[in-house]
Amino acid sequence: MAQLSVEDLSLGYEGHVILSGLHFAVNAGDYLCIVGENGSGKSTLMKTILGLQKPLGGSIAFGDGLKPSEIGYLPQQTQVQKDFPATVWEIVLSGCQGRIGKKPFYGAAEKRLALENMKKMEITQFAKRCYRELSGGQQQRVLLARALCATQKLLLLDEPVSGLDPKVTLEMYQLIEGLNRDGHVTVVMISHDISAALHYATHILHIGHETFFGPKEEYVKSSMAKRFLADEGGKTK
Amino acid sequence: MIGNLRMLSAAFVQYALIVAVLIALCSSLLGVTLVLKRFAFIGDGLSHVAFGAMAVAGVLGPVLKEIKSGLGEAGLEGQLSGVIQFFIDNDMMFILPVTIVCAILLLRTGQNTRIKGDSALAMISVGTLAVGYMLLNLFPKSSNVSSDVCTSLFGSTSILTLSITEVWLSVVLSLAVMVIFLLFYNKIFAVTFDEDFAHSTGTRVDRYNLLIAMVVAVIIVLAMNLVGSLLISALIIFPAMTAMRVFRSFKGVTICSAVVSVTCAVLGILLSIVFSTPVGSTIVSVDIAAFLIFCILSWAGVGKRKA
Ligand SMILES: Nc1ncnc2c1ncn2[C@@H]1O[C@H](COP(=O)(O)OP(=O)(O)OP(=O)(O)O)[C@@H](O)[C@H]1O
Ligand SMILES: [Mg+2]
Repeated sequence: MAQLSVEDLSLGYEGHVILSGLHFAVNAGDYLCIVGENGSGKSTLMKTILGLQKPLGGSIAFGDGLKPSEIGYLPQQTQVQKDFPATVWEIVLSGCQGRIGKKPFYGAAEKRLALENMKKMEITQFAKRCYRELSGGQQQRVLLARALCATQKLLLLDEPVSGLDPKVTLEMYQLIEGLNRDGHVTVVMISHDISAALHYATHILHIGHETFFGPKEEYVKSSMAKRFLADEGGKTK
Repeated sequence: MIGNLRMLSAAFVQYALIVAVLIALCSSLLGVTLVLKRFAFIGDGLSHVAFGAMAVAGVLGPVLKEIKSGLGEAGLEGQLSGVIQFFIDNDMMFILPVTIVCAILLLRTGQNTRIKGDSALAMISVGTLAVGYMLLNLFPKSSNVSSDVCTSLFGSTSILTLSITEVWLSVVLSLAVMVIFLLFYNKIFAVTFDEDFAHSTGTRVDRYNLLIAMVVAVIIVLAMNLVGSLLISALIIFPAMTAMRVFRSFKGVTICSAVVSVTCAVLGILLSIVFSTPVGSTIVSVDIAAFLIFCILSWAGVGKRKA
């Protein structure tokens, strides 16, 4: 069974439907990119999958031994975090929240896991630094390390490279690719970077007036992709 | 002035100091969370609710006395009248539940839609303030209404006139707040830093928000004795903002704001005794001074990392 299967899903806010009739499935090891225009409902879809937002219809099912609380999530940044006094260590460790359940304090196992993931993201030297004094790229690594503490199975990433310079963006993509290929972590990523999406992803979900879901090879051939790519090309050139 | 200092050996001053230390400690702990969650306005609204509740308690007092003497005439003295007397003596027992209920209601309305929540809050907080003032005028406790009002708004001397039950109640409640904070420290951090992420890891965010709101309500009712209802927010917000000038970790900020808050409260009480100034506003003035000092420290580069 797929790790995540979405059937006939409708989503939106307070009864106002943004998207409906959504069908797709994510299997272990997949790398799914979600693309679409600003405001098309990509973040809302992710929040609905996480249970932060009630679906207006349809169903979301988890399978393959995945529990809803075992998803690592990297949100689009919020304002509150910007002036928050917290060290990198405190934030990464908070990713282990789901593991300790009702216990009040973190144990040695959680601390080891946090350290391990900080090593993976190459941020151990920032452990005692304040999060808000790091650069955008360093902050994204911290949040990714936190997400990894929450799961070794499925990562949901909401625009992980927005605001990063080309070099760091490439590093970030390679990091995620490594996690997917070598760490066997399933990746679902929202991105506006269509060329990178086509390069790294195995599957594409395009949402908007029409919806497309399928392997990347089929997407490239679809009429929807051709129009979208033409628009994107016009923007950058 | 020296004569005033002699008061320090008096029992009521010592009670006041103990209670003040505990209240200052509690109110500083959640300050960080409230400031960062942009919840500070709820604290402000609740303090007005507590003022209104106190005014209602003042009206209920004589009514309860009537009931009690009625019971006495009917030969029903005993347990029940003991309970009633307890409520007459401790209006905190009425103010506390009312404030907690309002905290829960405010949180509920505030969650769904921001704008509606904000105006609901404004209505409740200004409404209770107005009704409270009217009740105090309609059913005056003493001949000097404006002094009564001043006492409840600015605290003036209420911390020095606590009954022994009130002292115990304050001690128990503050210890409860501290234990809850320690036990849920990691959850509170997770929920404060990133609600959505905490939710996605299976943390029951709404429950912890509820817990935070209830604890805030308890703190506000406690702090009303120390600084009066209008100044409570200062007691909650200043130490956190002060600590955030210099410290960069959540733990550091929490500990520092606790230390700052307790120091300012003790200093404030001592100064107010020596110079015969109102307790609440003296404590808050000391808090302001501490904030300015920390601003200067941070400006001078203390706590900043050298690159
Ligand atoms: N809290 C909210 N309440 C009501 N409507 C909302 C809320 N958040 C977003 N929306 C609306 O839902 C629609 C989809 O928003 P969403 O954030 O999912 O877009 P997105 O695809 O992630 O866009 P972007 O590429 O800019 O991140 C938008 O039209 C937006 O105005
Ligand atoms: Mg978005």
